[in-house]
Amino acid sequence: MIFVEIISWIFIFTGALLGIAGGIGIHRFPDFYSRLHAVGITDTMCAGCFIIGLCLQTGFTIASLKLLLIFVFLFFSCPTATHALADTAMLSGLKARLDKEQ
Amino acid sequence: MIFTVATFAILVTISLGLARALMGPTVYDRILAVNMVGTKTVLLIAVFAVLSGRTNMIDIALTYALINLVGVVAVLKFVEQGNFYTDGEDD
Amino acid sequence: MSYTVKHNISLTVLLFALWFGLSGLFDVLMLSLGIASTLLVVYFSYRMDTIDRQKHPARLTLQLLRFWLFLSREVISANIDVVRRIFRPGKNISPQLFQLPMTKKTDLARVIYANSITLTPGTVCVKVNRKAITVHSLSKESADDLRSGRMADAVPEDERDEET
Repeated sequence: MIFVEIISWIFIFTGALLGIAGGIGIHRFPDFYSRLHAVGITDTMCAGCFIIGLCLQTGFTIASLKLLLIFVFLFFSCPTATHALADTAMLSGLKARLDKEQ
Repeated sequence: MIFTVATFAILVTISLGLARALMGPTVYDRILAVNMVGTKTVLLIAVFAVLSGRTNMIDIALTYALINLVGVVAVLKFVEQGNFYTDGEDD
Repeated sequence: MSYTVKHNISLTVLLFALWFGLSGLFDVLMLSLGIASTLLVVYFSYRMDTIDRQKHPARLTLQLLRFWLFLSREVISANIDVVRRIFRPGKNISPQLFQLPMTKKTDLARVIYANSITLTPGTVCVKVNRKAITVHSLSKESADDLRSGRMADAVPEDERDEET
């Protein structure tokens, strides 16, 4: 059982690191559209690593089923929210800072 | 131990997101940061539920994950139109 | 009509499984209340005419599972790439805004395609319509990867659905 514990710790730790990386990313990237990608990290893999780690902690119970449901909801709702944000920003005329030498 | 690390990391991420929400030059940066804070709150509640052994609290995280999307879309609609009651075509 | 019946039944089973997973109760009273609420929701969605082949794609299930495996691999590699770019000092990104031709014929496949583009960090779908997708990408490499059409080919699509 200590083996499962260690794997779940690795997952939770990876998720924590990815979350902080995404948090740094939204301060490091220069404009709104590139910050969307930094938030994409915290929405996808950070959440996924946390949920897998917590599922390994709870074992095969109804709690792990609910955790997986949270992951499924995030999996469907996060791209929708991100797309709504990007679409609205583009519609309102916010210019993206693009690479010059293309 | 690992839960302390996880909670601390989530709180650091939330504070970074809040800083962006306060600084953000455009209103969309702020909404983006709030969206991220919402996602991290879901994870924070889930971690706390498993940490304290009260797995019923995962239901709250589940509900929060749903409300987060509706909230972001509602705020976007409000920012874009200035109200909630038109569908964006008149005035 | 037979499609509608089949989809009603599968939607009922799915909703009841969801209710049971969320509550986890075995009482007779609670179970009957759960069945009643499930039937009520199915009746409402039947009245609202929201059950059809695209909104409840029972036939695509196997292909969708294979696509999700592909998508999770893509998401993991894209995550590693974006994290590297965050911590690389100096000029680390080269944002692009470009258009992709829409090769999908049905609304469901279009939604899956655009959503998977957005879900992959490094590329965000900004605008989508029947002819093209406008994508903002963080780097030239991920833009070229999308232009190669690898993800568009992986998106499952039911050819028997009518074009919209």
